[in-house]
Amino acid sequence: MASVEDGTARNDGLRNDDIGLDRRLELFRLQVEIRDCEKRAFDLFLQNLIKGTSHLSIGQEAVAAGFGVAMRKDDKSFCTYRGHAHTLARGVSMEGVLGELMLRDIGLMRGKGGSMHLTSVEHDVLGSYAIIGAHLPIACGSAWRAQYLGEKDVSVCFFGDGTTNIGAFHEALNFAAVWKLPVVFVCENNLYMEYTPISEVTAVKHPAADRATAYGLERIVVDGNDADVVYRTALAALEMARDGGGPSLIECLTYRHSGHSRADPAKYRPPGELEEWLKRDPVVIYRQRLRDFGVKQETIDAVEAESKRKVEAATEACKASPQAPVELLTADVYADGGWAWRN
Amino acid sequence: MAELTYRDAVARGIAQEMERDERVVFLGEDIGKAGGVFKTTVGLYEKFGPRRVRDTPISEQAILGAAMGAAMTGLRPIAEIMFADFLAVCFDYVANEMSKLRYMSNGQLACPLVIRTGNGGGVRFGAQHSQAVENWTMMIPGVKVVAPSSPMDVIGLMAAAVRDPDPVIFHEHKALYAIKGDVPDGEIVDRLGTAKILRPGRDCTIVALALMVPRALAAAETLQREHGVDAEVIDVRSLVPLDTQTILGSVAKTGRLFTVEENPRLCGWGAEIASIVADEAFWDLDGPIVRITTPHIPLPAADHLEDLALPSASRIVDKVRRVLNG
Repeated sequence: MASVEDGTARNDGLRNDDIGLDRRLELFRLQVEIRDCEKRAFDLFLQNLIKGTSHLSIGQEAVAAGFGVAMRKDDKSFCTYRGHAHTLARGVSMEGVLGELMLRDIGLMRGKGGSMHLTSVEHDVLGSYAIIGAHLPIACGSAWRAQYLGEKDVSVCFFGDGTTNIGAFHEALNFAAVWKLPVVFVCENNLYMEYTPISEVTAVKHPAADRATAYGLERIVVDGNDADVVYRTALAALEMARDGGGPSLIECLTYRHSGHSRADPAKYRPPGELEEWLKRDPVVIYRQRLRDFGVKQETIDAVEAESKRKVEAATEACKASPQAPVELLTADVYADGGWAWRN
Repeated sequence: MAELTYRDAVARGIAQEMERDERVVFLGEDIGKAGGVFKTTVGLYEKFGPRRVRDTPISEQAILGAAMGAAMTGLRPIAEIMFADFLAVCFDYVANEMSKLRYMSNGQLACPLVIRTGNGGGVRFGAQHSQAVENWTMMIPGVKVVAPSSPMDVIGLMAAAVRDPDPVIFHEHKALYAIKGDVPDGEIVDRLGTAKILRPGRDCTIVALALMVPRALAAAETLQREHGVDAEVIDVRSLVPLDTQTILGSVAKTGRLFTVEENPRLCGWGAEIASIVADEAFWDLDGPIVRITTPHIPLPAADHLEDLALPSASRIVDKVRRVLNG
């Protein structure tokens, strides 16, 4: 069978276009691994091995993957409680993520933060924030540091459509625009603000993009289910920020296949809506994209098999992990490592 | 040695730290070109330039969020929240974000920043620009809280706050900005978590904070002069960490404790101190612990009413005298 990998394919655009084979495989790998890891998180919930709450990105993987591949190693990620995908997309291990969801010692923060606060400084994932909008100003601060010190990293801040109606969103956008900060704001518009259609509670059609002009920014709406589109958009915004061109606000249209959180069966969705979006499933789209470009089925299969293997290995490692020692209860409240508030 | 106002001490304290460390940056509303609405930051913009002294929009969430993001990634920001009352519009950053960052990240992230804010009343600004909110900030695990009462302490505690690896809320008192005090030349660096015995005494212990400190000292003089009561006055200075040893040591000596608090009564900082002393020094006490506070009301703007609300030297004298006389 003709393949772009061994040079026998007629369509060798994959090799030569701006994205190229290696990056496309990386975009695919990330989407598949995020999908598999999120599905496993759902299963582990049903088994009562994940406690508390959890917010899955199934259906929205292309945004995290597109940015994950486009970002430089030292670029900073600021995520939300729906942040498993963006954390994995920076190279954080599944053990670290699933372990934290399971509140085990093997987790990224040894169970102290939980699913909504995934943080891995080693991977420049500078936190997942569970108060809507809070991390947009924080990302501005990180970007201010880069600008002040002449460092060339860009701070990227992911959030949902619901965030566009809170004050911190507007404060951060104005602030970033006035200070011309190297920050990229990425709105994943999945049509629902928790349980409510975003259109019912927002004065404009595009909750992020239609606000951009108020801050002197370009209006950008892209297909958030096409990782190539996201990647290209991300790269342009990152380059502009790195070159001193200031912030961007990007609205990525996407859809979450599951409910808002563990507690939500998403019964508020009109009949047929999910089915329509499943036709535009980012993983399905990308698998076909690779085939269209002449990537061998065995290469695709190998990526998917490796992802499944990773998920199994991570799950077993997490199940085998104890919970953290109780000494952690009072550790790291203050910089001395402890919690003492008096002498 | 020079005589300096509390107001000028703020600028000197900030300048001392900005000169020492290039990572120290300063942001807030009208702090730069305007020199601060209370004129506490005059000259900093001229001295350090717009790159390090940055005027912001009226966006308190953006101010604290940006300070936090900068602190997490290597800077040492000082953020001004013009009136402490405004902490309420950006309280997420104090209560949920900077205070929990280190803990939730299992020690991966730090947040070394200072929030300076104009706290307290006595300036006839009414209920939304006069509150003493030190107790709001004291109740949150993960932040440190100081409130200096003298120009010297402003500089020394500012230095300690800027150099501290944790977020510090630095309550300046608006009604103290005009007071003067002697300040030595050269670098001044104090320590957080240390109270000061400003007036030794044998008969009772009066603990006070910020504007209440000069009032407690004035009361102690009157008590001595007119009533023969020898009061020990302690400036708490730092609510978190709290120097309980100095307070417990004083109570062991005097056997009586009074707190003088500007915050409204419920859950005021003195309640925590009273609880600690009741727990740990009960047998040292010769009588009940007495809290002298602002009543649990919003502050009025009218001068005669505000003066009635805030603990005054005469109210302290009256209360101490009556309680001690049984």
